[in-house]
Amino acid sequence: MRRLRNLADYLGLGLIAVVTVGPFLWLLSTALKSAGENIFAFPPALLPELPTLSNFTAVWETVPFGRYTWNSLVVSLLSVVANLLLAALAAYPLARMTFRGKGVIFVAILATMMVPFQVIMIPLFLVCLRLGLVDSIWGLVLPTAVSAFGIFLLRQAYMAIPKELEEAALIDGCGPLALWWRVMLPLIRPALATLAIFTFVGTWGDFLWPLIVLKDPQQYTLPVGIATLAGTFSGNWRLVAAGSILSMVPVLLVFIVLQRFFIGDETAGAVKG
Amino acid sequence: MAQLAKRLIPYAFLAPALAVLGIFFVWPLLHALYLSGTDYQLGGVPLWVGAAHYQRLVQDPMFWKATWQTFLYLVGVVPPLVGVSLLLALAVAKPRPGIRFFRAAYYLPVVVSMVVVGIAWRWLYAENGLLNGWLSGLGLGGVGWLTDPSVALWAVMAVTVWKGLGYYMMIYLAGLQTIPADLYEAAQLDGANRWQAHWAVTVPLLKPSISLVAIISSISALKVFTEIFVMTGGGPLDSTQTLVYYLYEQGFTNGNFGYASALGMVLFLLVLGFSLLNLRFFESGKVQA
Repeated sequence: MRRLRNLADYLGLGLIAVVTVGPFLWLLSTALKSAGENIFAFPPALLPELPTLSNFTAVWETVPFGRYTWNSLVVSLLSVVANLLLAALAAYPLARMTFRGKGVIFVAILATMMVPFQVIMIPLFLVCLRLGLVDSIWGLVLPTAVSAFGIFLLRQAYMAIPKELEEAALIDGCGPLALWWRVMLPLIRPALATLAIFTFVGTWGDFLWPLIVLKDPQQYTLPVGIATLAGTFSGNWRLVAAGSILSMVPVLLVFIVLQRFFIGDETAGAVKG
Repeated sequence: MAQLAKRLIPYAFLAPALAVLGIFFVWPLLHALYLSGTDYQLGGVPLWVGAAHYQRLVQDPMFWKATWQTFLYLVGVVPPLVGVSLLLALAVAKPRPGIRFFRAAYYLPVVVSMVVVGIAWRWLYAENGLLNGWLSGLGLGGVGWLTDPSVALWAVMAVTVWKGLGYYMMIYLAGLQTIPADLYEAAQLDGANRWQAHWAVTVPLLKPSISLVAIISSISALKVFTEIFVMTGGGPLDSTQTLVYYLYEQGFTNGNFGYASALGMVLFLLVLGFSLLNLRFFESGKVQA
């Protein structure tokens, strides 16, 4: 009876997995279908009859896909570095020091989470216009170089470090910057890793702001590039599907290799006890 | 001198982050407020018009349609996200062999960009697409998922829900970690089956997580944009027009920066109101586990 219930459980879980993964597989199937196959066939063919990679090569020839990917990569990595640095710096005094105005600054940073990006995106565009940041990598990196989420995440991490470690370093004559760099930072490595990954994935998939700030197609990041592809070649589903699948690869790699940062390890999330 | 330097240290650490937030957040926010009272076309000069935009807004049928549909979006997306993600979390909470694979599979849509997700679903929803293909196979007619004005908004909502499930599932899983297993087992000893035990024990103790999920998903729903841009462009017949999409259209397609800023202020108030409402509603009766 236990066995049967177990099987039923796994079947149920599997069915849900089909729902969450299926649409991507269908996209992949379409991307692999050769020109002769009818992608609108009824009944729908789940597997391609003559799988081909020609759609993928066509994407590279039709749009500057390599350029898009490179742009996305550079922007995402710069964004990660900026976010880690700025949040790690800012969270430290908020976690460990007392100073005038601490409460106000804390609440102000908290408040930034309340305001949707769309409320400020127009004046933000104007600011970037005035600073000459439009159509540039920095226009993408600087406005999102720090997030309240990141600051609070690292603040939590700092607060978990025993004060004795800090005091010991101070007794040894360590200056505040060296203390931060050599002692505190290494101790919050897991939180830094988590922030790095979430920043990477978030920046990689960011669409609205790059859409607004980038005009030159050579500067497009992947999401904007793929959306343009889907718009311009809206009838050519094989091409669009192939482009979409290609754009998924980097994030998929990050997800598969570093999945424990996304979904925890085997026992995480289990009911305690 | 050294004393002064010492007192400046916290500010020195905070300076870079505060500079960025000041230039790229605080200033634009104040500027948005100002712009909402001006007539400002792209390439032109701001002309102070006071509350004219707000008056226009109140009489603009598209504004009301967009706001109404944004509200529908809230109603259509939040309950499934709050409820179904919880069920998913309960389903994958127990550490069985291979459970990690399932958690990863459920989280996959979260990691993939909304652009790709929108494209994938636009393909599924196509007139001759897979979904209609299956419906035809069952003898039912096809549905104009994204072409029928009465269906389109809900079709897009389904995509938002689909993409968000894994994310909220993880929030619940984190919350489940704080619940001792003995409570749950005690309920089962008292004769309750798995689901009854969960309903009576686990769910009430998850109230903080439920509240968190409700707030985050509400705010996300109010800000929905990308899926609409990629799948319907606001149509058909403006049936998928939402506040943010209208804001974008007014600002960047039509160049009406002033009016768009006014719309933005309304959005801001809505989000603020919602956050406060949610907090009020869920803060009461918080269980001290």
